[in-house]
Amino acid sequence: MSMLLEVTGLHASYGDFRVLHGLDFTVEKGGISTLLGANGAGKTTTLRALCGMIKRTGTIRFEGNDISGKATEDIVRLGVAHVPEGRGTFTGLTTEENLQCGAMTRRSRAEIARDLEQAYHWFPRLRERRNQQAGTLSGGEQQMLAIARALMLRPRLMLLDEPSFGLAPLIVQEMFSILRKVNQEEQVSMLIVEQNAGVVLELADNAFVLETGDIVMSGTAAEVRDNETIRAAYLGY
Amino acid sequence: MELLAQQLITGIATGGIYACMALAVVMIYQAIHHLNFAQGEMAMFSTFIAWQMLAWGVPYWLVIPLTVALSFVGGVAIERLVIRPLGDAPVLSHIVVFIGLFAIINSLAGFIWDFTIKPFPSPFGEGSQFGGLISNHQIGMIAVTMAVLVMLFLFFQYTRVGLAMRAAAENPASARLVGIRVGWMIALGWGMASAIGAIAGILIAPIVFLEPNMMLSILLYGFAGAVLGGLTSPTGAVFGGFMVGIIENLAGTYIPEIGGELKLPIALFLIVTVLVFKPTGLFGRTVVQRV
Repeated sequence: MSMLLEVTGLHASYGDFRVLHGLDFTVEKGGISTLLGANGAGKTTTLRALCGMIKRTGTIRFEGNDISGKATEDIVRLGVAHVPEGRGTFTGLTTEENLQCGAMTRRSRAEIARDLEQAYHWFPRLRERRNQQAGTLSGGEQQMLAIARALMLRPRLMLLDEPSFGLAPLIVQEMFSILRKVNQEEQVSMLIVEQNAGVVLELADNAFVLETGDIVMSGTAAEVRDNETIRAAYLGY
Repeated sequence: MELLAQQLITGIATGGIYACMALAVVMIYQAIHHLNFAQGEMAMFSTFIAWQMLAWGVPYWLVIPLTVALSFVGGVAIERLVIRPLGDAPVLSHIVVFIGLFAIINSLAGFIWDFTIKPFPSPFGEGSQFGGLISNHQIGMIAVTMAVLVMLFLFFQYTRVGLAMRAAAENPASARLVGIRVGWMIALGWGMASAIGAIAGILIAPIVFLEPNMMLSILLYGFAGAVLGGLTSPTGAVFGGFMVGIIENLAGTYIPEIGGELKLPIALFLIVTVLVFKPTGLFGRTVVQRV
């Protein structure tokens, strides 16, 4: 299968402090990859580096083109939607305005209106809350909103930063089943960063295990799941 | 009774100007979290440009849109050339830059057009309505400021660019992640603030007369309005502007100790009182956030 995202030798640092030491990983077209690892391994930094939110070196090929020199806004315009750590809610705007923001780079009003309906179809709770100030939504609802907002871009690739963080197990299950449907029905590829390895390995095709800025293991999700040593040492379950 | 009505109308008319200045200040404050002390000087300079065009014989109906357009471009240029390079510099650097802008624009206006006081014709002509209760200029001031404020409200509430500007001001990082060009949204905000200031300047110039220091007190009242309404709330700033206009006029008329001379301290008194007792202002909100 051909690759949608191909990252080679990705380095990134905060000031003088180097966080990523040359990562290689990929996301297949239509596939789901996951980056696993403990706190401080560099997972969030990796996503931020992909989107140009921090300085980075290395090559990042998206649909064959190197995007490592591009600004965040331009990468988004290529169809990369980032669901950031902390969800990035526009707390002062309404739920629906948040969703409209997700489609800000698109032209056709008719298509946007259709996708808004689709977003409410995926997440009916958001329809109930459409005119409510988004900052007053619950944590789970805000996570749904963040994912729905990302979908409003009609992305080719979604980067999800710990979507399960702080959510009740039941909501996590629901969210991941929606992500699976989105992946299958809309052919949106995904790169999911998670600490909750058990759930995400059920969903992903490929997994990359990160430890303090290096990838220490990679393989299919099944291989990682079945590797007792890796599970005990890095994934803690 | 007639005196009260007259003072109320005067208060609303000047209050509209304060509301415009307050809104200009708040728009920029929302985007960069600094108070633009040079807002008034920018408006004054715009008014001089209008005066110059009038002096060259350009008809009034053409002068206003031209001045507004030039002011918009000027505001964008100031953001691009002066404010943007500052980036995340500490608050003192911003204050110094704003004071610098203030001094430069003020002196430049004095240098070009000198410091003598010039009369400025009203776009609405002389005369008054309702038996002298309200002058034509006051009617024009109220109508124009209301129209400007309503248009801005519609713009921010119902257009995509308006939504993008609100999103960029509220959460720049998230705005970038949905593809909004945050830098340009801030520049657009500066342009619009500058254009609003130009309208305010042209409307108030026939009353306070044209000179490089004409906007000094106006901006103070504008600040008072913004603080009263809440620096985080454009609606509040507009409301605050009108309130300050009305309070200023009524206090000046009915409290003999204040009179005409002590009107300006009312603005300062309001600023201090609000900051001491309700720092978020009447409409300012501490944003509700659940984690």
